[in-house]
Amino acid sequence: MPFRKACGPQLANSPTVIVMVGLPARGKTYISKKLTRYLNWIGVPTKVFNVGEYRREAVKHYSSYDFFRPDNEEAMKVRRQCALAALRDVKLYLTEEAGQIAVFDATNTTRERRGMILNFAKENGFKVFFIESVCNDPNVVASNVMEVKLSSPDYRDCNSTDAMEDFMKRINCYQASYQPLDPDDYDRELSLIKVIDVGRRFLVNRVQDHIQSRIVYYLMNIHVQPRTIYLCRHGESEFNLKGKIGGDSGLSNRGKKFAQALNKFVEEQNLKDLKVWTSQLKRTIQTAEALQLPYEQWKALNEIDAGVCEEMTYEEIRDQHPEEFALRDQDKYYYRYPSGESYQDLVQRLEPVIMELERQENVLVICHQAVMRCLLAYFLDKSADEMPYLKCPLHTVLKLTPVAYGCRVESISLNIEAVNTHRERPEEAKKGPNPLMRRNSVTPLASPEPIKKPRINSFEEHVAVSSALPGCVPQEVPTQLPGQNMNNSQKPS
Amino acid sequence: MKDHRKPAKVCMTNCPTLIVMVGLPARGKTYISKKLTRYLNWIGVPTKEFNVGQYRRDLVKKYKSFEFFLPDNEEGLKIRKQCALAALSDVRQYLSEENGHVAVFDATNTTRERRETIYKFGEENGYKTFFVESVCVDPEVIAANIVQVKLGSPDYVDCSNDEATEDFMKRIECYKNSYETLDENLDKDLSYIKIMDVGRSYLVNRVMDHIQSRIVYYLMNIHVTPRSIYLCRHGESELNLKGRIGGDPGLSVRGKEFAKSLAQFINEQNIKDLKVWTSQMKRTIQTAEALGVPYEQWKVLNEIDAGVCEEMTYEEIQENYPLEFALRDQDKYRYRYPKGESYEDLVQRLEPVIMELERQENVLVICHQAVMRCLLAYFLDKPAECRCGPVERRSLEDGTQPPIAAAPRQQPFLQHLSTEQQLGP
Repeated sequence: MPFRKACGPQLANSPTVIVMVGLPARGKTYISKKLTRYLNWIGVPTKVFNVGEYRREAVKHYSSYDFFRPDNEEAMKVRRQCALAALRDVKLYLTEEAGQIAVFDATNTTRERRGMILNFAKENGFKVFFIESVCNDPNVVASNVMEVKLSSPDYRDCNSTDAMEDFMKRINCYQASYQPLDPDDYDRELSLIKVIDVGRRFLVNRVQDHIQSRIVYYLMNIHVQPRTIYLCRHGESEFNLKGKIGGDSGLSNRGKKFAQALNKFVEEQNLKDLKVWTSQLKRTIQTAEALQLPYEQWKALNEIDAGVCEEMTYEEIRDQHPEEFALRDQDKYYYRYPSGESYQDLVQRLEPVIMELERQENVLVICHQAVMRCLLAYFLDKSADEMPYLKCPLHTVLKLTPVAYGCRVESISLNIEAVNTHRERPEEAKKGPNPLMRRNSVTPLASPEPIKKPRINSFEEHVAVSSALPGCVPQEVPTQLPGQNMNNSQKPS
Repeated sequence: MKDHRKPAKVCMTNCPTLIVMVGLPARGKTYISKKLTRYLNWIGVPTKEFNVGQYRRDLVKKYKSFEFFLPDNEEGLKIRKQCALAALSDVRQYLSEENGHVAVFDATNTTRERRETIYKFGEENGYKTFFVESVCVDPEVIAANIVQVKLGSPDYVDCSNDEATEDFMKRIECYKNSYETLDENLDKDLSYIKIMDVGRSYLVNRVMDHIQSRIVYYLMNIHVTPRSIYLCRHGESELNLKGRIGGDPGLSVRGKEFAKSLAQFINEQNIKDLKVWTSQMKRTIQTAEALGVPYEQWKVLNEIDAGVCEEMTYEEIQENYPLEFALRDQDKYRYRYPKGESYEDLVQRLEPVIMELERQENVLVICHQAVMRCLLAYFLDKPAECRCGPVERRSLEDGTQPPIAAAPRQQPFLQHLSTEQQLGP
């Protein structure tokens, strides 16, 4: 039966350039990275292009805020070159590297600069979506500077006070020429979202398509309140003891001990308002019961459905379904158990859980091995290739705390013995030409590594050559295999 | 007996929510109220709208003219305030005594003073208040709204269209002078969404919780462009012929014929930019193949999973799982097949389909019986009990064997819904 077409709803026809807008220290890079992580996880190939990094490559040593003064002609030239170089790479990514979304992370505070980007996009048939972050609360700005700027390579040789002072002067350099987006008048025709005061208010104009609507929804649900997410599996179950997968068995004796230990652990954490979530399978519910806290049951958190292999041991599967067993080892991410699910299916059903986790503050999620791997891949930005092999042992709690641009993870074993249910990636399993790619699927990708920029020697070297673009290539199935985007970034100039 | 009810997936609302519509007449407030109410009920949040105009029509039996709405008409003002209070009293009853979760208070609410009264009412009763304002200055849109819904209003039953339009325009004028739109500064502590120019842009302020976030997402995805949605099942399948449920069979001979007629039907409809969606089961895919156009496969459109009962006939289920069989008849909506799904589960997994259907324009969805019932229930505003189709009552107590009915051989059928039918009264 021939495949047809794209994944889920047509997430994107033409590639999209997301253009960040805002003064320094307004959270543009934070938003860029987080959004990119989310989009890749739901299967939309996305990459950040941070112009500041291009500038750091071009100008090896940052001396002071003087570089950013509006009357510094030499520096203005370099900064413009950097922006153009980044746009050149955006074009490459979207037209030749199967990228779907490029996030152009820079201040983009003038109409002139935004006009240039709009022209670039028009020439290449890209959609443009602006994300502006506006914030005038000095506390928020100062706190951002402390969290991510003081440790920037720019200030490697400075002490905190000097760095802070220099950075504030840097912000000032932009302020006079800052022209915020004006959706009521000048920017009426643009597609944009203005995020005001870290999400207190939003102004949204002309959302064009599904992916922009999802981006808006995501941005409206994230927040920056400090909080902790705890992920763990149910206590060891009767089936775990027998080596059987799936099913709906209760806790073993050791599993019950774990539940008690978890209760103690949670108390010691001394958290304000902890939400507890479980699946609708007995083993997670029984684990939560020991906590004596209210908990919510989500069907979406149920373990991956192993279809015809439910309640079998791996040996039994190997005996009775040898082909399926081999296929799964070949491509564990895409492999769907007959009448069951794949990791890819899991991602799709877990998306509302992720969205709600973003909205919440302190949450403990008691779930299952495959489910926990999917959630972890989102928080730690792991690709589809790595996801099915992430280590999520029984009786271990993963504590996730947002920090700077990412997530810190602590692994806490509660010291109750349990069987090991982890299967390593088999050495001998060769990756075939991927016959298992399913239609209507999402392929989580990890955010690509930032491109290493060659030094910019002259403007002429990097004038963007606009080649005739053959219109947007409709996306059949993702042409990149997961795990391959890492290699594509090392392109010669 | 196993309890098949499970708690709601996410605590959608701790305290009840009062949604307050704001806007001049003919800005789509009632359209939004009804649509939003329909959506919230479908996803399982008990919601009800309270249209103050309706209260006014009940109190003042006969509408005379726009003069009733003149700002200096003391008698009129008194009655209108009375109606608002009566509606709020019913809101309180619904949210505090009848287990309602969301009440939509549909009136102009154009003055800050009126909105403060309502907000205080919400606070006193422990409700969260969320304002939805519709702002539109495009005279064409307003005229179109008047033609579509006002001319047919009971207020204008004895008028000609011209008379009605003229009166209604004057009615709008009565509100304009005192209209205080939600303001960036004065109303900065309120939770609200301002919808501008029928969804061209939105201003969202202080979304407080999950339900408000879902409401905002929904409002940002709906549109009013005329379009048609076509729903149908796959062609008759091999298992249909055998009276078996579920599975992943291909089309029977007649099913293939249906696919061909479907292709012909679609061609004749001459639809602009038709999107075609199927599930990931063979029978819908084979049906779509006959159309010769690109189509998208959604796993979430797969038929309800009958778990242990997959591929059985109803007789076999009755024989092998008599208890399950009876339980299902008792509460078909919430009943979950062992290792399978319930209609309630279906609704949850179909929600993204509904959201995307709202975003799209012309769409043909080729799906399955239970799935189609759920989708139809959304569009036709059917409550949970009615979403599961006919329930066959069988009694186990009486000793006689009920007549063995072969699973009904339903010809796949087509339903054609237009936007008008979606709008409802």
